[in-house]
Amino acid sequence: MTAVSDIVIIGAGIVGTACARECAARGLTTTVVDAAGIGGGATAAGMGHIVVMDDSPMQLALTRYSQQLWRELSLQLPGNVEFDPCGTLWVASDEEEMGEVRRKQALYASVGVSSEILDSHALAEAEPHLRPLFGALLVPSDAVIYPPCAAGYLLRDAVRMGARLLAPHRVVSAGAGRVQLEDGTILQAAYIVNASGVDAVRLLPGLPIRKRRGHLVITDRYPGFVRHQLVELGYLKSAHSIATDSVAFNVQPRRTGQLLIGSSREYGAETSSVNHALLAAMVARAQGYLPTIGDLQSIRVWTGFRAATPDKLPLIGPWPDDKTLFLATGHEGLGITTSLATAKLLVATLLGEPAAIPAEPYFPARFLQERNADSAEAHPVSAPEEFHV
Amino acid sequence: MSDQARSISLTVNDQSVAVAPGTTVAAAVLLAGHVTRTSVSGEPRAPLCGMGICFECRVTIDGVPHQRSCQILCAPGIHVTTDEVSQRSGGLRTP
Amino acid sequence: MRSSFDILVVGAGPAGIAAAVIAAEAGRHVGLVDDNPAPGGQIWRSAAHLPPAAHVWQTRLDASSVVRLQGWRIFDCPEPNLVRAERTGAASSANDHAEIGCGSLILATGARERFLPFPGWTLPNVMGAGGLDAMVRGGLPIAGKRVVVAGTGPLLLAVAAHLAERQAIIVAICEQAPLTRLARFAAHILTEPAKLWQGVQFRQAIPGFPYRTGCWPVAAYGGDRLQSVTLRQGAKQWSVDSEYLACGFHLVPNTELPELLGCRIEDGFVATDDLMQTSVPNVYCAGEPTGIGGVELSLLEGQTAALAASGQVENARSLATQRRRRLGFVRALDQACALDPQLRQLPAEDTIVCRCEDIRHSGLSEHGSWRNAKLHTRCGMGPCQGRICGAAAEFLYGWRVSSVRPPLFPVSVSSLVSANSSPLNSKETP
Repeated sequence: MTAVSDIVIIGAGIVGTACARECAARGLTTTVVDAAGIGGGATAAGMGHIVVMDDSPMQLALTRYSQQLWRELSLQLPGNVEFDPCGTLWVASDEEEMGEVRRKQALYASVGVSSEILDSHALAEAEPHLRPLFGALLVPSDAVIYPPCAAGYLLRDAVRMGARLLAPHRVVSAGAGRVQLEDGTILQAAYIVNASGVDAVRLLPGLPIRKRRGHLVITDRYPGFVRHQLVELGYLKSAHSIATDSVAFNVQPRRTGQLLIGSSREYGAETSSVNHALLAAMVARAQGYLPTIGDLQSIRVWTGFRAATPDKLPLIGPWPDDKTLFLATGHEGLGITTSLATAKLLVATLLGEPAAIPAEPYFPARFLQERNADSAEAHPVSAPEEFHV
Repeated sequence: MSDQARSISLTVNDQSVAVAPGTTVAAAVLLAGHVTRTSVSGEPRAPLCGMGICFECRVTIDGVPHQRSCQILCAPGIHVTTDEVSQRSGGLRTP
Repeated sequence: MRSSFDILVVGAGPAGIAAAVIAAEAGRHVGLVDDNPAPGGQIWRSAAHLPPAAHVWQTRLDASSVVRLQGWRIFDCPEPNLVRAERTGAASSANDHAEIGCGSLILATGARERFLPFPGWTLPNVMGAGGLDAMVRGGLPIAGKRVVVAGTGPLLLAVAAHLAERQAIIVAICEQAPLTRLARFAAHILTEPAKLWQGVQFRQAIPGFPYRTGCWPVAAYGGDRLQSVTLRQGAKQWSVDSEYLACGFHLVPNTELPELLGCRIEDGFVATDDLMQTSVPNVYCAGEPTGIGGVELSLLEGQTAALAASGQVENARSLATQRRRRLGFVRALDQACALDPQLRQLPAEDTIVCRCEDIRHSGLSEHGSWRNAKLHTRCGMGPCQGRICGAAAEFLYGWRVSSVRPPLFPVSVSSLVSANSSPLNSKETP
């Protein structure tokens, strides 16, 4: 059995559904395929933080653009997406980190993102459960959503505009305008978009994507315990570790009053089982900032896999070896944030139009020189450790 | 039956209650004419399973919320508050 | 707190008590951990109104060297031979967290009731059958109160009898199984005189014995608590005023800890050999998690597991023979308590299925699987971790419900931090 569309998108996570919506809005006949359901991969496992991040100018550009898109979209989002414009507080625990706060404020201002510096007293008022700290940078335009329902909304909107979802169907091969499903169905398309997260390497061996596992804890309801997403600036001071495992303080308030506690990163883990030592380290670090968080009831602990690239930027754009194939994957901890911008960039490139921000820095082609030089799997480019969800 | 000299005094939503030793906090709350919990959509709820699994018996004891009261015995002088009162007084006090 | 045992028994119901006693009398260093304020599990709770067997075993337990960890809840097993537990009912402190080493484990975690949603089931004073029984044993006054007992299984009779002894007014006992099926079951019980006598005692204990078969509640009504229950039997439907509805549809085994340990599960129960050994070396399972079979079978299995775990294999084998003779009862009970398909029609569109998150029946089934429903509605994502709504969802929508991760129960966040783990990349707190 064959079917023909303009676009076949592999993966109905936040990125795939955002792409589907954008494609459908532009009048492209779109089919989305997912092996499970909607938003069941990293989309289900992560924190749902919409955040401007400045690990690199390209990351800053992408997150800033996408964060704005989310704010514009927020007016239409149904209640179950739980869009909460609570803002982010980047907290500083010493004078060096306060310097980073000031640097960050200036950088954000230069790209039109306003932020406010809170001193120790103001921070204590804003977040009474934090231990006394030096201060923080408040970014009020950041927000929090519930990603599986956001993906659900994006897909429903795509379907409303003519897209269709094929799930659960596993893709066994994709390329040259042809996507084959496990049951033998062939989908023909002018373009294929691989938005399948960590699974992308199954269909494209050699993609420079590694699975980077994280842990999260969710608590029972404690409304008002924390009011903003709280993230530490401590990555500057973290010890240079020879291990690849790391934790960072990152706590999120949900609309329900529950708290999400993160974050952790490890390579090499293949299963969803809990790494007790890493979990303990993550929670201990959170206790270091919120001393009474230990008394809250934790309901669940889970793990998820981020799709990590060597330079911390996603792969958005054409795959040089196949004119019909595009990638929209490798978002590491910023998939929720950058999903909307990813969709915009992807469709602009596909249609040969200019995008709101330069699309080339995210093109997959940037890794191919290295791959060809090695003729084996690309070695990850070494980069400073960055602790964001 | 209850021996007055041995009965345990506690408060439930600022109301004095005396119970026999071995009485659970959940039973004390119901005895006092209250329900334990308000659901996320505002329904009154009381214990269902009696064995610490359903979480409908959660109350605040001495300021600590989300205590499974069907598995906690009354102790002298404890202050028990249920959702209705906690919410009226401006939100759950967290430890 | 750290401690270590040759044999750690989890759950102080009949199976656990028997196992702990036998293992201790064999000279082993035994710990017995249970999350309730007092031992006895669900069946043998509270000092009064206990059968003679319970007194005998309790006396042996008190006289033994078993170390009692009463009021502790196991929530994780970070490595083989090590479990982590939290003290129940406490605000957290260092003393409320325990790491317990164990050479062997005997899991006697018992069972919980199956709840099926129907309009009004979330009203205060609608409880499980065992649930109301437990609340009464915990001091809830029931004398003079009108009670409807409903659902399925022998638990209904035991509960009705106990409540009647406490002067409750048993308005009706509604067993959903039809008379024909119960008659087959009764014929099976004729082979077990003790059970037959128990049945007679129940009948005598309940004035009027208002027992109806093929009967179930279709709705509960009330303002801020239960006031009346509507019952259906065949084509008939009528309402009774009642202050309590004790309603439970048989039992579901507590297999979460065995699953976390990697024990093989078959048809929803923990698979064991004749000596109660699970698929995991040095892990045994006894009582309801291996098959719902009541107190006598639980006692046999607890003893068998303890004999095997303490190296008394010959004695274990002879008990195993007795046990095998009783397995027919497990099958018979399972068949007797099969749920009538009409019970799937009980919930209305707006009937709550997930009580933790107030997720209603309408629209749930379209999610197609337990996992999808959890993600998109949050059904099963509350503190009960799906223990209440999961069994209902399996019956209503045919979903396989399983995903076991630590913590097995909600625990304080601080309990997730092991005292002995070395922190990675963490700053010292000033």
